[in-house]
Amino acid sequence: MTNKQKYNNVFIESFSISKNALEKDLSYNSIPEWDSIGHMSLIAVLEEVFDIMMEMDDIIDFSSYKKGFEIIGKYGVKF
Amino acid sequence: MISPLIKRGLRLLGNTELSFSSKNSTFFDLEKYSHNTAIITESSKRLSYKVLLDASRHIGKHIKKRCLVFLVCNNCFASVAGYLGFMQTKAVPVLINHTINNTFLYNLLEAYKPEYIFLPTEIPVSNINCKMVSSFDSHKLLKTDYNIDYTLHEDLALLLSTSGSTGSQKFVRQSYNNINSNAEAIAQYLEISSADSPITTMPMSYTYTLSIINSHLLKGASIILTDATLMEKRFWETLRDNNATTFGGVPYTFEMLKKLRFERMNLPDLKYITQAGGKLSIELSAEFADICHDKGIKFFVMYGQTEASPRMSYLPWKYARTKVGSIGIAIPGGKFWLEDENGNVIKENDTMGELVYQGENVTMGYAGSCFDLQKGDENKGILYTGDLAERNADGFYFITGRKKRFLKMYGNRVNLDEIEDLIRTAGYDCVCTGTDDNLKIYLTELDDKDQIVSYIAKRTGINRAGFSLEYIDKIPRNESGKVQYSALV
Repeated sequence: MTNKQKYNNVFIESFSISKNALEKDLSYNSIPEWDSIGHMSLIAVLEEVFDIMMEMDDIIDFSSYKKGFEIIGKYGVKF
Repeated sequence: MISPLIKRGLRLLGNTELSFSSKNSTFFDLEKYSHNTAIITESSKRLSYKVLLDASRHIGKHIKKRCLVFLVCNNCFASVAGYLGFMQTKAVPVLINHTINNTFLYNLLEAYKPEYIFLPTEIPVSNINCKMVSSFDSHKLLKTDYNIDYTLHEDLALLLSTSGSTGSQKFVRQSYNNINSNAEAIAQYLEISSADSPITTMPMSYTYTLSIINSHLLKGASIILTDATLMEKRFWETLRDNNATTFGGVPYTFEMLKKLRFERMNLPDLKYITQAGGKLSIELSAEFADICHDKGIKFFVMYGQTEASPRMSYLPWKYARTKVGSIGIAIPGGKFWLEDENGNVIKENDTMGELVYQGENVTMGYAGSCFDLQKGDENKGILYTGDLAERNADGFYFITGRKKRFLKMYGNRVNLDEIEDLIRTAGYDCVCTGTDDNLKIYLTELDDKDQIVSYIAKRTGINRAGFSLEYIDKIPRNESGKVQYSALV
């Protein structure tokens, strides 16, 4: 599985959404599942899947599906 | 010609109408703070008490006295101005979070038949007839055509939900005196002053947030209003830019603070933080007591229920590290005791019983529809909390369990039997149990598990991350058919 597939799956499983939903620039609060609680579990699963530990600034800056690539990329994950 | 004396009398009459007065108390005399900053918005706009009071009078003048108003609110200037305006006119607001879905809102409208609705401009009101009366800032005021003759009890000030954004029609009836006495008590033990500046972390329709707003307005403090959560950059920018001195959090807030490594943050303006809305784990309690101690922040663990307006106890910050896990002592003016199963007062220390509270902040009772609004005080100042507790030799109370089958989910009360009923009605046999913030649903088939979680999340307004499903081949029941919950652990 590629990193992008892994990344997508985290969203699909955490929020129980379809792959199509990702493309519509999914962002924080754009769906009920992605609230502060959903965000916490999203971050926890991403950290586990990519074996990284995110900094505070990155956690609160992780505001959309697209933005996430850039942020996870900072931790050496290549997409 | 009107004589100066009569003129003065008229003016006094006018003032009386505008002040928060009930039979025995006058509260929120905010005129004296005219020049203080009352509200700070997300865009760092500072609005004085004078501006706030002018706005609230402007909103209030459009409605009748003693009528019911749905206040659909978010954490913004218009919502707070509307709240004050309705209280001043002695209309009775029903606080509803703006995230409520249309069906739930419609059901509530049908149950309570309010004369007015004050809500954010972007939220449509469908299925009922209403006409626009005026608009204010981000909100609009609508007059409904419900024309039903019901009486509001003279002491009734406010209706608050016990369960967040669920569709529950059960609201708590709060009196003017409830709100007043609780705000006074909170301001006293937290030593709130006009130099304080709380930032909101939860919706203002939530009793804990409203108590923060009330107790800080009472002292002329400046309230920073934001809908952003701790997981958003905007929240931290708003907090830093406006030098917030305090905030409150439910247990889950502290999980988030831990994840964000609160211990590393540099927040020199933060003077004290409070915790309520459920029991914080011993581990987190101890951790935050230490972190706050090191940072010179006062950490207050507190306990309350919407039924008590809501605050009943607090752990004085000096004991945060030595009495970890305790809900502390009753608030000023309040009293706790414990009762055994037969209703006898427990005199011994370290003995478990139901926690009972007495104080002026115990609310009048519940309402399920507009026809309950004429009811008077049914509790007479005494609240059986449904929580089991112990008192130690020093007089500190510790919650040890619950009499009823409910969980606190991210600060909101969720009744496990109601969740079971919802799932069974949808056609699945199940039993529910779990711990706070983790509701476990046991099912005998898992084929539709995703739909079930989505359905429950939607019905309760609680994030699906709070629910976990487990398979069991048979629901454990005893001979009489009663579910054996103990067999599930």
